[in-house]
Amino acid sequence: MHNLDSTIQQKRDRRRMFADLRFRAYGIFGLLIAGSALLFLLVNIFSTGYDAFRQTVITMEFNIDADVLDVSAMPSTEELQEANTLKVAKNSFYALFPEVKKRKNKRSLYKLISLGAELDLRDHIRLQPESIGSTVTLTVPMSSDVDQYFKAGLNGEEIKSRLNEKQKAWLQTLVDNGQVTTRFNTDFFTHADSRYPELAGIGGAMVGTMYTLLICLLIAFPLGVAAAIYLEEFSRDTFLTRIIEANINNLAAVPSVIFGLLGLAVILNVFGLPRSTPLAGGIVLALMTLPTIIIACRSAIKTVPPSIREAGMAMGASPIQVIFHHVMPAAMSGTLTGTIIGLAQALGETAPLLMIGMVAFIANVPSMPNDPATALPVQIYLWAESAERGFVEKTAAAIMVIIVFLIAMNLLAVILRNRTRISNK
Amino acid sequence: MNSLLTLLIAMSLTFLSGFRGWYRANSESNLRSRPIYHGLNHGLWVALPMLAVSCLWLVSDSLIIKPSVLSVLTQNSTQLLVDADFRYLEITQAAQGLISASSEAALDEDTKRAVAHYLLTRQNTDNGILLLIIASGLLGFRSVVRRFKSSTPAREQVERIVKILLAASSGVAVLTTAGIVLALIFETLRFFQQVPFTEFLFGTHWSPQMAIRADQVGSSGAFGALPLFAGTLMIALIAMMVAVPVGLYSAIYLAEYAQPKVRTYAKPALEILAGIPTVVYGFFAALTVAPLIVDICRAMGMSASSESALAAGLVMGVMIIPFVSSLSEDVISAVPQSLRDGSLAMGATKAETIRKVVLPSALPGIVSALLLAFSRAIGETMIVVMAAGLAANMTANPLESVTTITAQIVTTLVGDQSFDSPKTLSAFALGLTLFFFTLMLNIIALRVVRKYREQYA
Repeated sequence: MHNLDSTIQQKRDRRRMFADLRFRAYGIFGLLIAGSALLFLLVNIFSTGYDAFRQTVITMEFNIDADVLDVSAMPSTEELQEANTLKVAKNSFYALFPEVKKRKNKRSLYKLISLGAELDLRDHIRLQPESIGSTVTLTVPMSSDVDQYFKAGLNGEEIKSRLNEKQKAWLQTLVDNGQVTTRFNTDFFTHADSRYPELAGIGGAMVGTMYTLLICLLIAFPLGVAAAIYLEEFSRDTFLTRIIEANINNLAAVPSVIFGLLGLAVILNVFGLPRSTPLAGGIVLALMTLPTIIIACRSAIKTVPPSIREAGMAMGASPIQVIFHHVMPAAMSGTLTGTIIGLAQALGETAPLLMIGMVAFIANVPSMPNDPATALPVQIYLWAESAERGFVEKTAAAIMVIIVFLIAMNLLAVILRNRTRISNK
Repeated sequence: MNSLLTLLIAMSLTFLSGFRGWYRANSESNLRSRPIYHGLNHGLWVALPMLAVSCLWLVSDSLIIKPSVLSVLTQNSTQLLVDADFRYLEITQAAQGLISASSEAALDEDTKRAVAHYLLTRQNTDNGILLLIIASGLLGFRSVVRRFKSSTPAREQVERIVKILLAASSGVAVLTTAGIVLALIFETLRFFQQVPFTEFLFGTHWSPQMAIRADQVGSSGAFGALPLFAGTLMIALIAMMVAVPVGLYSAIYLAEYAQPKVRTYAKPALEILAGIPTVVYGFFAALTVAPLIVDICRAMGMSASSESALAAGLVMGVMIIPFVSSLSEDVISAVPQSLRDGSLAMGATKAETIRKVVLPSALPGIVSALLLAFSRAIGETMIVVMAAGLAANMTANPLESVTTITAQIVTTLVGDQSFDSPKTLSAFALGLTLFFFTLMLNIIALRVVRKYREQYA
């Protein structure tokens, strides 16, 4: 009887074994899909963005003529403000191509150079007024179209360059002369936003983000820790306490765009805080981060062994003294871990900042938290929406910067968490 | 600068008072509390009145400055412009230098006078409040100094104040929720005064027009939000179709099959997906995924919009994978080992055990994980703003452009808007709807989780 069934049995066993393997394969497949999506995303952005860290520049001579500048021999600061540096830059560049005579051609010739050339020249003259009347050699940025074309290896096919054939020929001459090179793009980190892709940088946005996060931290950390201490150590299980707890859990799951509405209706329109500022943005983000910090701090307080509390009490310390002298120091690294994770979330948050007006085009670096500013993720959004193709690599580069920040913050959190584990043992 | 000065003055007053309390206590004998508590007590009695008074600054704008500025405007111009709120916004922005030079030149005399008046009132009010703050600090100082005795129970007093402060801090979360709910309801009611409730919920045409001034012709658009609900639902469903299988199978593999070493690396790697800012996903969807979909569809002979629901949904799905996998893994791991052992002892294979025993008992937890992921997908903003487009199409075709609740909230509110126009108010009505739906989903999910926990307690 048993022998007769065994072939059927074997077949069924094999089928079941394959089903088991298949199920396991699905699991691996799922993980692989998630992993490759992550990899695809990162590779895609890094390969688009890394070029933005290089800047195409031209080294050329500028003939700083006082007559062309339209200033006296020893000009005052105001006079220099009015100086016609554009004409100097243009004349010096035209001097490289004496054969170009027509106005139309000259205009398209000068399109190879960025507006930044004139600004750099102006800076140079301001710092060294004695160079007026002499010839100086400066390295200045070229225009965004040239930048893209040059970085693509002088191959217009790939990137559908907007340069015309004449411009390409001129550029080729400059490249053959060895005047065109690339250098590390420091402007990208120091400049604020600009209409010109080759001049736009994330300096302003980084300062804005820094102020915003600072205000967020200053508000959310003390409030969050205080609320966590109260809920964990003092509150009795009353109706009110339960409402507060349910509230905090729900607040953690409210979509960020709703916090933007809150910011707009209450913080801007009722309280009248200045629009577009890191001050208003920081307050909105603080309200968003608060639940994260409270939840993290509460679970950190929970892990402090009761023996520490009891020892403190036995020595005659009051409950407040026990908490501030013994419990909180022990719970601090857990709290800080939660705070850093909350701040990392706030760092990437875009929608609420859009709604309180931090999308304004701001061309200078903010100096105070109540100056109009933009933030790094908002800058990414602004550039991503821009039609100018030169901004694509800038956007990806800004994303690389924000991802580096996020990784740094998360590493810090992991290190802190590991240190807690060791010290608790 | 003024606010920084105020802060500096307040901090130095607090510090001076605290130092004085500490110093004086040090010179006494037979103290009941240690000198540091006398110092803290002195500091708190100066800082807290100042903090309370500085709250005035928050309401000063709407209570003092705004009425005063609006009263300066001549009757003529306020009649001409129905919307006082919009007028005020314009004035404050001009005063803060937030408008472009060309529109600044276009301001009429009346507005210019109002701007000057605004700046003056603002400065006067700020100075007044600064004086009040200093006065309140000095009053607090006087009262605490007068009460000083060596027998003052300074520690008990400080601890009482600290306890009150702790309790007040935990109230901030409640205040935030209250602020959200009140602001949303208040503005939504104003919206429904101008647009009928039924039109909003059941209307199929959405085109809030760009009405900057209330007196412009054709300022009332159509506010049927059904296409937005449909678009939101479609994108969220596409996202779930990506995230549920991938996330669930990853969770099963990690919880049941994977070596501990694989788990320690794979789990954080999955969570990176949740940590990437959504604006990055939006950029990725718009720049890479959407063109890819257009190309694939063209190769297959179909036409896809460059801003398709599919692109946004797919990328959003990738984003919410960790929400599904992380929570599901936790509940799968929480299933008691005895259930697995029993099933394996009956001769079931591992896959059969998982499918027939582990998953059914983890089901409530998994369902709540899915609900939370779904609510995340509904509330997600930047991906849809950047990749799904703004055209309110009522369509079932995922290759077409649709718009969502969140995308409309952002686009109606970005840029200068009259605060009374139905267009702006519609964002709050949409916000209330969104808040209500996500709240419901979260409450249900948390309920389910709690019930499940009790089962194995």
